Amino acid sequence: MKQPTNVKTYLSALACGLLMGLGLVISGMVNPQKVIGFLDLFGHWDPSLAFVMAGALAVYAPVYWLVVKRREKSALQQTMQIPVRTDLDCKLLIGAILFGIGWGLAGICPGPALTLLTTGESQIVLFVVAMFAGFWLAPKWLSLLDKN
Amino acid sequence: MTEFTPISALLGGALIGAGGVLLLLLNGRIAGISGIASQLLQKPNGDWGWRLAFVLGLIVAPWVLLPTAINIAPLAERSTTLIIIAGLLVGMGTNIGSGCTSGHGICGMARLSKRSIVATLVFMTTAIIVVAVSSNLKGWS
Repeated sequence: MKQPTNVKTYLSALACGLLMGLGLVISGMVNPQKVIGFLDLFGHWDPSLAFVMAGALAVYAPVYWLVVKRREKSALQQTMQIPVRTDLDCKLLIGAILFGIGWGLAGICPGPALTLLTTGESQIVLFVVAMFAGFWLAPKWLSLLDKN
Repeated sequence: MTEFTPISALLGGALIGAGGVLLLLLNGRIAGISGIASQLLQKPNGDWGWRLAFVLGLIVAPWVLLPTAINIAPLAERSTTLIIIAGLLVGMGTNIGSGCTSGHGICGMARLSKRSIVATLVFMTTAIIVVAVSSNLKGWS
């Protein structure tokens, strides 16, 4: 079913990206040292980022369960596209492990990588380019595995 | 070692949650940043525009904050090789595992999705192990 794409959906997406970006900056998620400090459970642990997740869930969960879940269409008349899968497959687990290794090595996940681009740091640009190369390589790598 | 900052963490987290759930309420979409960004590599279709708008919002966010002078810490000294390997792993892993900290860790966990809860536990545990091992290695050298 084709939906009318309108300016409003672009503007709302822009605003949502902006809100999340502001949240990433204010919360400290954009600071790789802080992320590493949170992951350093057996060293000098900084529990701050657990509060980031708590704050995010405290807003997302009630709005989802009380307001969004019962809707058939979004407020801008878009089809609700919510994942329904419940199976645990190898791809999910292997993907999460690979992501966990990368996150632990650099302390940067996809959102902060994009939000940090404005710093103009060459290391960040390099990270984002490598991340997009990873996005591009993953399906090719998987289809190679499928063939063999 | 970094300072414990629960208030700004909670406040920033609430903004992340608000942006995420508004995208679902208004556009009917899950705010999985790795998924939205990676699908920009596909041929533009009806969904390309809002994805680009969302990513642009993420990128320009620090500029909105400039007047309040919130500092973005420069990236810690890390070798170029390590940055490239980490970026590749983050890109491939989130693509293969269908999500990252935002899609699984926030949107999926809030919806009590079994796949997202498991994925979040796995990537968190893995990252904690990686940090524990690498800080030990640093200790020896």
